[in-house]
Order: sequence, then C-alpha cells, then structure tokens
Amino acid sequence: MNQRVVIDPITRIEGHLRIEVEVDENNVVQKAWSSSTLWRGLEVILKGRTPMDVGLLVQRICGVCTYSHYRCGTEAVENALGLKIPLNARYLRSLMQTSLFMHDHIVHFYHLHGLDWVDVVSALSADPVKASQLAHEYIHNPIATSDGELRAVQERVKGFVATGKLGPFANAYWGNKTYKFSPEQNLIALSHYLKALEVQRVAAEMLAIFGGKQPHPQSLVVGGVTSVRDMLSPARLQEWKQKHAIVQDFIERAYKADVIMAASAFGTEPSVLGGVAIKNFMCTNEFVIGDQEYIFQQGVIMNGDLSKVTDVNPDLIAEDVTHSWYSADKAQHPYDGTTIPNYTGLVERDTVYGKLPTLDGDNKYSWVKSPRYDGEPVEVGPLACLLVNYAKGNKVVVDAVNELLQVTGLPVAALFTTLGRTAARMVQTCIVAKHGLETFDALLSNMQSDEATYIEPQIDSSKEYVGHSMIEAPRGLLSHWIRIKGGLVENYQAVVPTTWNAGPVDANGKVGPYEASLVGLQLEDPTKPLEVIRVIHSFDPCMACAVHVMDYKGQSLGEFRIDPNAC
Amino acid sequence: MDTHSALFEQGRKRLEALRQLPPRQETSLQERMLKLGITRRDFMKWSASVTALLALPLPFTNLVAEAAELADRVPLIWLHLAECTGCSESLVRTDTPNLDSLIFDHISLEYHETLMAAAGWQAEENLEHALHAYKGSYLLAVEGAVPTANNGTFLTVGCKGHTGMEIIKEAAEGAAAIISVGTCASFGGVQAAAPNPTGAKGVYEVVDKAVVNLGGCPPSEKNIVGTLMYFVMFGRLPALDMFNRPKWAYGARVHDNCERRGRFDAGEFVEKFGDEGAKEGYCLYKVGCKGPYTYNNCPTERFNHHVSWPVLAGHGCMGCSEPNFWDDMADFEKPLGRQLIHGLDATADTIGGVILAATVVGIGAHAVASVFAGSKED
Repeated sequence: MNQRVVIDPITRIEGHLRIEVEVDENNVVQKAWSSSTLWRGLEVILKGRTPMDVGLLVQRICGVCTYSHYRCGTEAVENALGLKIPLNARYLRSLMQTSLFMHDHIVHFYHLHGLDWVDVVSALSADPVKASQLAHEYIHNPIATSDGELRAVQERVKGFVATGKLGPFANAYWGNKTYKFSPEQNLIALSHYLKALEVQRVAAEMLAIFGGKQPHPQSLVVGGVTSVRDMLSPARLQEWKQKHAIVQDFIERAYKADVIMAASAFGTEPSVLGGVAIKNFMCTNEFVIGDQEYIFQQGVIMNGDLSKVTDVNPDLIAEDVTHSWYSADKAQHPYDGTTIPNYTGLVERDTVYGKLPTLDGDNKYSWVKSPRYDGEPVEVGPLACLLVNYAKGNKVVVDAVNELLQVTGLPVAALFTTLGRTAARMVQTCIVAKHGLETFDALLSNMQSDEATYIEPQIDSSKEYVGHSMIEAPRGLLSHWIRIKGGLVENYQAVVPTTWNAGPVDANGKVGPYEASLVGLQLEDPTKPLEVIRVIHSFDPCMACAVHVMDYKGQSLGEFRIDPNAC
Repeated sequence: MDTHSALFEQGRKRLEALRQLPPRQETSLQERMLKLGITRRDFMKWSASVTALLALPLPFTNLVAEAAELADRVPLIWLHLAECTGCSESLVRTDTPNLDSLIFDHISLEYHETLMAAAGWQAEENLEHALHAYKGSYLLAVEGAVPTANNGTFLTVGCKGHTGMEIIKEAAEGAAAIISVGTCASFGGVQAAAPNPTGAKGVYEVVDKAVVNLGGCPPSEKNIVGTLMYFVMFGRLPALDMFNRPKWAYGARVHDNCERRGRFDAGEFVEKFGDEGAKEGYCLYKVGCKGPYTYNNCPTERFNHHVSWPVLAGHGCMGCSEPNFWDDMADFEKPLGRQLIHGLDATADTIGGVILAATVVGIGAHAVASVFAGSKED
C-alpha cells in the first residue's frame, strides 16, 4: 500500500517549502506535491506607489538573491519609460551581478546543498594524511587541505560530536547509504564547508563596494547607479578586483574540485542520476561585456532537442492557478495577471509519521503559481542556461562543459540529472568568475571618455506605460512586469525562477520541474527522506521569491478584505 | 554604586551562574582557539571591539571575553516567519565573530532553518526538543513578521501545519528573552506596508513578553551579534529606546554621525544623481536621504566588514530601521519635508523648512529630536 511522506520545513533554503511524496511498497515515489506555505502579498503593496520606489520594494521579495529583484524591478520601470541608461551604469550593475552569482552559488553548494552530499560524522574517521593526498587527485593545487588543516577541522568537529550535542548538525541523516563519499572525501568537503564561510563573506563585500551593503544593496535608481564615487575611485576598483581574486581562487581550487570529486563518488548513485524530467529549458541574456554583448545568450529548448533553440518570446508566458491558492478563470499573461487569494487549507490523512494535515493534491495546494511557456512547463536555472548556450554553440560555454565532461568522464546525458544540475551551477560560477572580469575591463575602458552613471527619468502622468525586464538571477530566468498609470504603479507581476520550477500541476495535468523530478526516486527510509531533499536542493529553492504575488480590486478573503484604495 | 559598577556586578553574577551550568562542549574555547591559531591577544582585541560596540567602558572587556567563553551554555532558537531571509544572510556575513566561531564556539544554535542539517519531521523534532529541554533558559530570535489575518493561515510551518502565529506564541512562552531581528519581526516590515493584506505584525504585538527590536532591513551583523553577546553577558536585555531598540545601537540619528554631515552644514547638496555634487560626495538630503529621521549606527559601523553603507554608495538613507518606514518615508528619492513621523515631526518640520528654503541650516533642531527619541528606561 502506498504511503504518504511529508517534509516540512525543507530546511537550508530561502523561505517556507513543503514537499509531500507518495511511495509504493518498494519506497519508490509515485506522486509528488510541492507547496509553498507562506504568502506575503507584495504586489498589492506596490500598487499606487511611485515607480521610483519599485526596485527598493521588490528587492525585499528575497534576501538571498536580493540584488536580482532590485535590478529587475528597476529595469522593468526603465523599459516601460523607454529609458536608455548610461553604459557605465550597465557595467556597474553587471559587476554587482557577478558578485552576487559568485556569492550565491558558493553558499548554495556548501551551506545549503552540501550536507546532502557530505556525511559530517563519517569525516571523523578519516585519515588526514590520506585525505590530503587524495585532494590532489581532483586538482593539482587544492585549497585548505594540508594534513594539518584537515586534522584541525577534524578535531574541531570531534569535540562537537563527542558530546552528542550537534547543534545545527543534529538529527540529520548521517549514515544514510546514499552518502557516497569516503571518510577522506567527506573530510575534504567539510574543510571547504568551513573555508567557504569565510570566502562567501568576501564575495558579499564585493557587492557592497558598489552596492552600499549586502544583502539589500542600495545604489540602483531608475535611470542608473548612484555609486559614482566608488566607480571613479581607483582604490575602490582595486578593492573589488582583489576580493574577486580571492573568491575566484576558491571557486577554482575548491568548488570545482569538490564537484569533480562528487561526480566521481556519486556517478553510480541512482538517487542523483534522474531528476531532470521536464526537458524544456529557458534562459536570457546576462553579464554585459560590451554594448549588446553578453556572456550568456537567451534562448529556449523544448523536449530536450539541443539541435533547435528558439528566441524567448515574452508573449508566450502565462501563469496558471488551477492548483494554487488563488482564483482565476484561465492562465494569464503577467501584464494582465490577477492574484486573488483563495486558501483552502490542508486535509488530514495517514502518513509515515501518523495522522497529519496534508496537501490536497486534487484541489489547491500551494501559494506558488504555475508559469507556462506556450502552455508547457519549463526548467530554468544554471543547467538551463548552460544547455541553451551549449546548444547555441556559445564557445565559452561549450569549452567549459566539455572540460567538465572530460575530467569527470561523464557523457552529455549526465547533465540531465540531479548531479548534472549541481555540476552546472559550478560550471556557471567558474564562467562568471573568469569572464566577469571582461565587464570590469570594459568599464575601465569606457570610463576613459565617459563618466555618466545616471539619466533622469521623466514620467508623463497623462500617459500609460507598460514594460518588463528579464534577467538571469542565480536561480534562473527572472522577469518583472509593470503597468504605470497616472504616474503610479497600476499593476505589477514578477515571474521568478522558483515559480517556474516549484509550481504545482496545471489545468492540463502538466506537472512542474520539482514534482516531475521526484517521481521514480527510490527512498532508503521514507521516514528520513534525504534523497528527496537532495533532489529539491539541487534546484536551489527560493520560496519567498516564488510567492510574492497579490493583485486587484478589493478581494474578499474569508474574514478580511483587501482594500487597494487604502494605499 | 554607580551605574557601571552595578552593571559590572550584574554581569559578573550572571557569568558565575552560567559557569555552574554544564558545558555543552568538551574542550574550552581557549583550547579551540589555540588549535585554530587564534591568540589570546586576538581574542582580547575582539572582546574589546565588542565592548566598544556595546558602548561599555573598557574594563568590561574581560567580562565580554568571559561571556564568549561561556556562551555555549546559552541555547539559541532562531525562527523564520514572514520574511525574505535577509537577516540570516546578514548574520552569515558576520565577522565579529566569524559565523563558524559563532556556531562552533559561542552560542549553542539549536534551531535555524537556513543553516541546520535536519529537515522536515526531524527538524520539527529538534525544535520541539529545544523548546522543551531548555524551557525558561533559551534565547529566542525571530526573523520575519507574524501574519495574523485569516487566522494566521498565510503562513504554516512544519509537518503539523501550525501557523506562524501558533508557533511564535508557543516559543515565546518558554523564552528567557526574545529578539526580533530586523524590521519585519520588529514592526511588520514590508508585508505590513499598506494595505497590509496578510495582517502582518511585529512579534511584540502578538506575544505577552518584552521584545527587543533590532530594526533594519537587514540590521547590520554587528547589531545582531552585539545583542546576542549582551544577553549572554547580563542575562537580560539592554537599555531600550521608545521602540524597544537597544540604545547602544540606535541611540543616535544616522544624520548625526554621517560622513556627509559637513556638506549638509555647508549647504552643499546633490541635486541629481550622478551630478558633480554626487562625484564630490555632497549631502543627499535633497535626493531623499532619511538620515535625519532615522536612528541607527550605520555611519559608524557600516556593513559587510565596514566596506560600505548606502550613503557612501551615493544613495540616501531610506529609514529602514524605523516603524512603518515603507509608508511614512516613501517616496524615497524625495525629501520628506513637512510630514509627521512618529515623535519626530518637530525635526522633520524644521529641516524641511530649512532645506526647502535652501539657505540656513537649522542645526539646533537636531537637539529637539533627541528628546523625542528618549528611552523608556531613562
């Protein structure tokens, strides 16, 4: 008989995510449901405000990819107003984006995803001398892996484990058979887990140089960038470059090596070999290295057909809410999207943990909507970005992907897996770290003849404006859509990466990437569903991003009313 | 006994009591520091900087050092409600001390969804265990607002589907102290901006206990860590202002210590972003700086290891540590002028009048605002 497994909270993510799966008698997942359990209503709050404040407000959608929303919201307004901002401002924005990607992907791999791959307790039985030698097999000059350093790491964690009080490591899934690293490999990764805590701080400082702070930087305005003094300061520029070098060093000598190590250890582990079940991928242009020149180019792949890439057509995007806690007659394009809350609650049923409130999969069950491209679900994120650019023959990407396949000995098909999704994020980080410097050089060169960073926006309150922006956030394609009327925000929608990936099943029965990725997965112990967590983490969930939406005229919602006129 | 010696005595007693509790780790902080190559001298320097941060006189340095050594006796439970995780991200950036030290050596972090290894049922077990085992002694940190509309169902957490409101009420009951980290937990934050569709509220509005509010979106890592250390050291909350913010961090206006203050006094203003004044570092008041109405230590502590802060990056302060700033201080690129801001309308009025006249500068007006920002405990 099938059994229901409930996983809530999914920890080590941004926000509140609940996953439920149904396993058969062999513990193989038959059905899966993905739900976000928090709704904040930011878009109704935006209505009636000045478009100049949009960036600051939408930035609060997320404190992790905070800058992405800030930039995307600001650029949606600029697009609506038809504003062409100075090239320096575009370069500075791109440099901040580079900093964010380097920061975000390191934190994701080590601190959010890492413990799905690394068995901390196993690392205690490692031989530090052997581990130090082993580290050289994955890269010739590894970081933080001398036997002395490894021994220190081991000692540090030992005291911790000996007391039986593991603090943040308590009650996890240590000893699960799908952990494949040897004790020595676990120790190497654990050392990098700690080192990464230091390095991510430096990456955050990079963004703060031009952003004022991180998270929630404060230097973008509609029309450009305000950190002109930092841009004109040779000392500041040098500071950015020095920090960049520290972070890039870690990316190449630790992050890259650890993913190669993971590919060798987990290369035959069934639970990470499936999981890319929706073979439609989409990404957009990102990292400006010249006027109209980008490191990554936009495109769409459908049905896993790498021989055919089409251009992204914004008109083909629509959001469906059949199984989301909202009401709407049909799927809607974001310019005209409504978001009318309609919470229907959970239903009690038997689970592996006893009777619990559970998701009502036949009806509504999530605060996330289901975006569709031409009616189809699409996966977005670093894997999508690499596949689209690989298929397009983007040389930078082709070379990086081929190098990965060569050093790991894996076939192209290995990209279409949970392991591939995790590896793609590393490859993307390496490309961003390396080629992000082209943006830096382009800025220096442009500054020789041009110091402009801002152009003043003009809004005619008798006119109506419509605009959108698409950027590549660390989690994938992000788009913001705005309508301006009477000089104020009339309607606002954000269609974000985690919405694309985490949305529930749609009206046509088409499931989204999260849910599709879990079907067929076998669990060793349904009461400790490490495998599910590992697959879901490979998407790098960001739930506050995914749920932000709210809209329209005084909707009745149970006992309270929303009154848009109140703003 | 004067105030400081009384306070010192209180800290000493508190630490003595902590010392009686069983350590939760086998090796001492000193031994671990030795292994990590951190010298006693480095550690004392760190202790001195935290002492200064907390506006305590230098002799407290030894007390801070001792508190750090005994911090493993204090269980910390960190809850996430309606939020964006920016405050946790801010904590993860902390350099005084490093987060790894924080986890491993100082505070005993029992529950933190962004950092903990366990998930789902097992995570919920950890929370229940911590709430029960350390009842009455744990420090509760909360990130995010509490949605209260629709019976709180805009947020549920955990396999049992409890609402954020239920969880916070239960956790607050057994807490030795509660810290609202960030403007969302403190005052409702962005989701509580008009028309507040989810009925989001600050934690202090839904629990029956005193709550210390760390305003800021996010608060700087130093304000978070400093508050944690203060609690370890004294077992109680620091002196607070009228919005329950620690006075050591929120005692002065951003404007008072701003690096561009000289420009303000000289009447030199950025008229438009990117203009010559912007390149020269002129005052940002006319392009919307809310520094005169905002209480925080941003200009002195800055963010991200002292790298920068918004005003250094050429953007005015947006007032993010103040209650209702999303509504009261919008739009953010325009000077506030003549508007009512909680008790500070006298200041706003004066500054608005002065600046719009763009001639004289009413420095005396700032003294007036300090009166309004006076503390409950004074």
